[in-house]
Amino acid sequence: MAFETFADFLNMGGHGLYVWLSYGLGLLTIALCLYLPIIQGRETRRSLRRRIQRESVKS
Amino acid sequence: MASSWLPRWFYQLASPRWCYSITGKLIPWFAAIGGLLFVIGLVWGLAFAPSDYQQGNSFRIIYLHVPTAILAQSFYMLMAIAGAIGLIWKMKVADMVAKSVAPLGAALAVLALATGAIWGKPTWGSWWVWDARLTSMLVLLFLYLGVMALNSAIESETTAAKSTAVLALVGLVNIPIIKYSVEWWNTLHQPATFKITEKPAMPAEMWMPLLVMVIALYLVFGLAMMLRLRNEILTRERRAGWVKELLGS
Amino acid sequence: MSSTLQLFKQTFRRDLTLAFRRKSELVNPLIFFLIVASLFPIGVSPEPNFLSQLAPGLVWVAALLATLLSMETLFKSDYEDGSLEQLLLSPQPVFLVVLSKVLAHWLLSGLALTLVAPLLGVMLFLPSEGMPGLMLSLLLGTPTLSLIGAIGAALTVGLRRGGVLISLLVLPLYIPVLIFGSSAVQAAVTGLPLDGYLALLGAMLALALALAPIAAGAALRISVSG
Repeated sequence: MAFETFADFLNMGGHGLYVWLSYGLGLLTIALCLYLPIIQGRETRRSLRRRIQRESVKS
Repeated sequence: MASSWLPRWFYQLASPRWCYSITGKLIPWFAAIGGLLFVIGLVWGLAFAPSDYQQGNSFRIIYLHVPTAILAQSFYMLMAIAGAIGLIWKMKVADMVAKSVAPLGAALAVLALATGAIWGKPTWGSWWVWDARLTSMLVLLFLYLGVMALNSAIESETTAAKSTAVLALVGLVNIPIIKYSVEWWNTLHQPATFKITEKPAMPAEMWMPLLVMVIALYLVFGLAMMLRLRNEILTRERRAGWVKELLGS
Repeated sequence: MSSTLQLFKQTFRRDLTLAFRRKSELVNPLIFFLIVASLFPIGVSPEPNFLSQLAPGLVWVAALLATLLSMETLFKSDYEDGSLEQLLLSPQPVFLVVLSKVLAHWLLSGLALTLVAPLLGVMLFLPSEGMPGLMLSLLLGTPTLSLIGAIGAALTVGLRRGGVLISLLVLPLYIPVLIFGSSAVQAAVTGLPLDGYLALLGAMLALALALAPIAAGAALRISVSG
């Protein structure tokens, strides 16, 4: 462990703002890169399913 | 396609259906191992790795900055190679891979630039310095944006894929030249600047978490790529029988 | 072989003839070059010392933008009247067509810019020692710009609004030429030897000469068939 207390860990030797800002941005980007395709995929599947049902009703 | 010296999986990859099912099987593994390694790397890098004697704890940004920079570069290579495969073997899946990689690569380049800038503030005293690495990363981002702009400007999907592949390959040839010229330009204008990521010898306690983070991010962004690829496959193959079968039941 | 060479010559001659018929389009990049360069003293500072420091980079940036501006029309009119499709159908290799068109284009844009550049140098107080470096670097650098630009022009030829897009595609690829070109001028101003920079510019030209026509040819085939 490189830090004595949790407050030290948050403070990062005075560089807390920079470190946590970077990691916050990183986590946000990663979350978006995973979340967006997941909801997009759900949407795609839903609309394709609806289309398939419509076609099967017609025929 | 007559040549038979290529392994069988290469031809299987060409089938969107096969690709869809194999990525479906791989995704849980990538998510589990990638997530686990990511948490390990994060905790190790942020809490357990020793701080740098010169930069203190701001050095811990390395565990995000360097992996994203590496990934941004290798994703560009992946995009160009996938595009080339799509051009040469007329492989639809390769085109789809190239298309799904581009936005992720751009996001990685943005992240590498942002973390580099944030790291620069405590190290250099300003948010932006025309450092060789940051400048090459900026140019790489421009290359990604060009590829994405071209892809969205062309309406026909096959034409867009082919044009994008040509552009990505031209960019791939140019990347080493750009890197070299930017490095050279940088030494000309700013002799002996302090390079944030260049360490003569990094102790194992410092580079081990870095290695873990690189692997973790490869897996996590590989996962993101597969998710995008599956959406792309479904959209483009929506008229295929297997898609109807898959979603109809 | 002879028919291949003939194709090259005929395309080249045709492009020059067509260009000379539209004189206004011919001088537009040059006027643009002059206007851009005169914006800097007005916008930044007319102070001679300051300008002479900026001059190498400014002239190069202006030349780069002027080349880029003229690139868009490289294949456009041939695409619109259908003659590009005819050229692509001919049995001769496409890269020769591209090469001859780029050569004709460069004679009227890059070479013209090189010849006008000393005027800009004077306007921006570039020391007279820098002039040979400026002209030599532009002479070696502008063909590379035209060749790379041809790839962008070929990729965007089928699009209605290719203007901004082509600059997005091509400008990042221009960066090495800009770096070595303006450094050559800088070296000439300070009296340092030029040959290294010129060799690098020449190497980039050789690489572009070998690869860009092939890439542009492939891009043209894709754009025209799509």
